[in-house]
Amino acid sequence: MTIGPVPPESVLGGAPIEVAHLDAPAEVQDVVPAFQTRGIWRLALDVFVQNRLAVIGVVILVLMTLFCFIGPFIYQTDQVDTNLNNQFLAPGVGHPLGTDALGFDLVGRLMVGGQTSIEVGFAAALIATTFGVLYGAISGYFGGWIDSVMMRVVDAVLALPGIFLLLFLAKAFAPVTLFLLTIVVAIVAWLVPARLVRAEALTLRTREYVQAVRMMGGSGWRIVVRHIVPNTVGTIVVNATFQVADAILLVAALSFLGLGIPPPATNWGGMLSDGVNYFADGYWWLVYPAGAAIVLTVVAINFIGDALRDALEVRLQKR
Amino acid sequence: MIGYIVRRLIQAVLVTLLVLAGVFLLVHLLPGGPARAILGPRANSEQIASFNAQYGLDKPLPLQFVTLVGNYLRGQFGDSYQLNQSVGGIISENLPKSLLLVGLGYGIAIIVAIPLGIYQAVRRNRIDDYVLTGASFIFYSMPPFWLGILLIGIFSYTLHLLPPEGPQGELGDFPAQWTSLILPVTTLALITIASFSRYMRSSMLENMVQDYVRTARAKGASSSRVLFVHVLRNALIPIITLIGLSVGYIFSGALITEVLFNYPGLGYVFQQAALKEDYPVVFGILVLAAFGTIVGNLLADIMYAATDPRVRFSSR
Repeated sequence: MTIGPVPPESVLGGAPIEVAHLDAPAEVQDVVPAFQTRGIWRLALDVFVQNRLAVIGVVILVLMTLFCFIGPFIYQTDQVDTNLNNQFLAPGVGHPLGTDALGFDLVGRLMVGGQTSIEVGFAAALIATTFGVLYGAISGYFGGWIDSVMMRVVDAVLALPGIFLLLFLAKAFAPVTLFLLTIVVAIVAWLVPARLVRAEALTLRTREYVQAVRMMGGSGWRIVVRHIVPNTVGTIVVNATFQVADAILLVAALSFLGLGIPPPATNWGGMLSDGVNYFADGYWWLVYPAGAAIVLTVVAINFIGDALRDALEVRLQKR
Repeated sequence: MIGYIVRRLIQAVLVTLLVLAGVFLLVHLLPGGPARAILGPRANSEQIASFNAQYGLDKPLPLQFVTLVGNYLRGQFGDSYQLNQSVGGIISENLPKSLLLVGLGYGIAIIVAIPLGIYQAVRRNRIDDYVLTGASFIFYSMPPFWLGILLIGIFSYTLHLLPPEGPQGELGDFPAQWTSLILPVTTLALITIASFSRYMRSSMLENMVQDYVRTARAKGASSSRVLFVHVLRNALIPIITLIGLSVGYIFSGALITEVLFNYPGLGYVFQQAALKEDYPVVFGILVLAAFGTIVGNLLADIMYAATDPRVRFSSR
């Protein structure tokens, strides 16, 4: 899991998790007729679908989402009232995955917890990506001292190890709510898209079409939002995918460290951390299903991200 | 070269100051200010005033900031609110334990990951490469706490081979409990091997297609000489810098591992302090971790510039 600073892309060369050299779809998209542009995207889609791991990833993610959000309507359990008569029931008839220390059915618990994990994961990734992309595009486009100041701020936040910052922020602004979790995860996560997009904006700003817009009197804001950002969309999409996986892991880690959402709400990380307390007593069903759900979801998202990167790189190669 | 180092040094100092300013800002962002956060909602205004006077929180903000920077520069991090101990004392007591864990974990990881990456690059796209790549993908996607839990489940509760907890007590007591070090160290090492071997593999592959490889082959160098002398030396450069750049990541991984195994290192102390709102300890460790990360990044950059002259000339 990538918690904490990610090395700058320049140093790593062909590093597996960075997107390199996505700097040029720009003029092509602006110049070629629309149908041809769609063709290029179609090509990317083809490559994506050909990648079996990606298809598996999408299937897992869709099933997991259905399980968490539609599942509770089909498999109804009481996830609000505790029932100590049903404590620690082993998996069996009536409770396929058993019950936990408070008598909650664990299949139902997985659904409720998964809702939180998936919601926070996507929301935090969305906020982090939106903010990071704008920040990076502005920094890279304007350059000069604005860029220097903005990037030193990024360096400073990156210098604080992610988990440490997360733990501190969540505690300082407790009580922990869904909203707070989303915000603190986004605060830790926006730095990577900011750096990636800034690096691209630095090269995009010298393109002819950007100069043309400037000459025609387009404002800096317009150039950033309408011309720089759309041309980094490949990088953004790939990174946003990984951001979702990272956010799910960060939320899980935070809950594991004792700053989860107060019961009866929960998330997969919280279930895991509750379960570990009873692990020594042999209640394995409190631990393994929740952990497996986290790993399965994160691996699925990583498959999708890897395939997206390959697909978009092919799109550039065929250009 | 010297110009580059000086520029990076100035940048590092600036970033350190920014971190301190950010930490300072955080103190004052605490809902109701630090006094309210520490004394609790029932404290009356006199108690708050006396607390502020005691910790110098009634002075103007810029003056407070200068005092804070001065204190931190002299290594004075204040006193813990909860434990009857100075933050400096807590750090010097627990840092060596963390360093032992991290040193062993990363030492093993580097020793294993580099040969593994070379092997995978040489055997690329064969069945063993696929198996190893798949394995490293799985470990890479695993949160450290989950891997640790699995290891505890297998080796402690099922096979009853190893204790589920890290060593306790002082550093001097650790050698006697060496079996309890195995699981935490393995957890850290496995995850790190997964990511480092991925980098090593791609770094090797990237260098194996370079022109200098063809040149070396053409002048008659044996393929093992080309691999271990020419390619390896170039492929190691990004790995060395990667180690410098992952200091922050190391801190985070160590924190989770320490909490999971009740290992009494700096990360564990930080988590406990954060949960108990022991802010001097939290800030002391936070600033120390940030400082470590900045120094690590600085060293990585300098090392990179020293080994690759192109970096020095493309100044930012």
